[in-house]
Amino acid sequence: MTDFIRARPILSAIVGLFVLIVLLGSFPIVPETKQAVIVRFGKPVRILNQYKAGRPIGTAGAGISWRIPFADQIVWIDKRVQDVDMQRQQVLSTDQRRLQVDAFARYRIVDPLLMYVRAGSEDQLREQLRPILGSEVRNELGRIEFAALLTPERQGIMDSVKSSLNRIAGQYGVQIIDVRIKRTDLPDGTPLDAAFDRMRTAREQEARSILAEGGKQAQIIRAQADADAARTYAASFGKDPDFYDFYRAMQSYQLTFIGDGQEKAAPTTIILSPQNDYLKEFTGRSK
Amino acid sequence: MFTASKGPWGSGGGSEPPAGGDGGQGNGPWGEPPRAGKRAGIGGPSVPALDELLRRSRARFGGGGGGLPGQPNRSLIVWIVVGLIAVWLVFTSTHSIAPSERGVVTQFGRYSRTLGPGVSFTLPSPIERVKKVNVEKIQTFDLGSSTSDDLMLTGDQNLIDLAYTVRWNIRSPELYLFQMAQPDETIREVAESAMRAVISQVSLNDAMGDRRAEIEAQVAQNMQRILDSYHSGIQVQGIAIKQADPPDAVNDAFKKVTAAQQQAQSAINYANAYALQLRQKSQGDAIAFDKVYEQYKLAPEVTRRRMYYETMEQVLSKVDKTIVEAPGVTPYLPLPEVKKQQQQQDRQQ
Repeated sequence: MTDFIRARPILSAIVGLFVLIVLLGSFPIVPETKQAVIVRFGKPVRILNQYKAGRPIGTAGAGISWRIPFADQIVWIDKRVQDVDMQRQQVLSTDQRRLQVDAFARYRIVDPLLMYVRAGSEDQLREQLRPILGSEVRNELGRIEFAALLTPERQGIMDSVKSSLNRIAGQYGVQIIDVRIKRTDLPDGTPLDAAFDRMRTAREQEARSILAEGGKQAQIIRAQADADAARTYAASFGKDPDFYDFYRAMQSYQLTFIGDGQEKAAPTTIILSPQNDYLKEFTGRSK
Repeated sequence: MFTASKGPWGSGGGSEPPAGGDGGQGNGPWGEPPRAGKRAGIGGPSVPALDELLRRSRARFGGGGGGLPGQPNRSLIVWIVVGLIAVWLVFTSTHSIAPSERGVVTQFGRYSRTLGPGVSFTLPSPIERVKKVNVEKIQTFDLGSSTSDDLMLTGDQNLIDLAYTVRWNIRSPELYLFQMAQPDETIREVAESAMRAVISQVSLNDAMGDRRAEIEAQVAQNMQRILDSYHSGIQVQGIAIKQADPPDAVNDAFKKVTAAQQQAQSAINYANAYALQLRQKSQGDAIAFDKVYEQYKLAPEVTRRRMYYETMEQVLSKVDKTIVEAPGVTPYLPLPEVKKQQQQQDRQQ
């Protein structure tokens, strides 16, 4: 066909191309990723490739179709799962704590005709869904305590956001597949600083209790060792207290006057009286 | 008509079917001639043909009677065009798919089949199109960079600074292409959401400590479940937590805890050392005493005297001694002098 047009003069080629475009336009190709609403003079007449749950890819209505040139317009609507992000906003929980929440919803347009009639275009749909998502999230989170957000209950909350959002989204021919909290943060400023303070003091507490615990254990270990030593000494020395006294005194003299071998004892001068027991032989065995 | 075709034209690139369809068909052969012609070997006659064409059109504009020799040239052009179309058909209907790739075939936009690795044939381009998708390549992205303070709330209402990597690949190319509007962004958001959901249920110490592996596995599992519920055709290969630290603002306090742990441990170590030493010493002393006592019992009086004298010898031999003989006389003790003497001795030493 192309070479046929090319072989003709320029004017006829232009006409041929125009005819070709019109012809091709009459047989639109509907891709897997799109649904199409055929609108004839403003009135929707047909839906091509509408999403049906559970139908495998390749069996639905994608492919080549037809339309009346100039009369039928095609409105393309995405068939895939799309997402709408909630703007970051503050939520107040029942216990009056503020939270910054980011959420997103995944949705699919399951009724393109309804969506086209009610919302007009996908961008407008998104613009309408976003505030609804925001208000639903705020409502649901405003009904629970802050701590509940940090529990498995959180998923239950999101499920109820999903179902109430689904009720509204259904009016636009939209099915909400999933609603999820992306992030929950403490707002900057006082709440965040307060949390940091709490963390810091909690660590301080932990540090001190660890130190105290260590000190306690060390003390117990020492005391136990002292007790063990005392028991050992008692068991041994208790056999003859009198001899122990003597024995220990001898050791003690050595230590105090001579030193223990590592350190020299302080210099000493001893003044003895001849009556001293040690010197009793000094005076001769006269006594 | 124009408004109708504006929709697909305006909304995005060449992948829009009606636009891409006729655009591709027109562009290919129209745009290619000189290059593809030469390459295909029909280039020999193409240069004279061009000259001929120019000459003919010049003649036509000049005199108008040049239509007669146009006949053979025209058929040559037709042949060139036919040849180009043949080349086009061959190139667009033969596809070689690399081992790591799959080819998703759409027939007029409708998904038809997925081609495995190797050489495959399809109908030529406007009818069937092939999109190659790499299914083996593990793709990664990082979340929560280590530079920015990206804080998450933990189950005990603390904050943690987390950085992690997500690895994923495409499991089902047709689902990947047709089910998600923004697959890459979706997987990112799902990862963040899943990670925060899991972190919000564990304590700070668990998240920083030894439950990391468990958290990683749980996040990967949750991500996979969510992505499967979207029919995304994505396989999560794994999550790796690169960094799990307390926020910078409270990092010092956390270091203090670590320091306290070290200090406590060292206090205990010292105590243990002391205990060991003391026990050994007491046992040593006791045993020594026992040994001596054994001997002492054999001859108590003699042993006692012997020990006494030995000790006295040792002690008195090493100290200064003064023996005061005169009884009843209060001796004058030159204590300062004694001190001085000692100091001198010390100095000599």
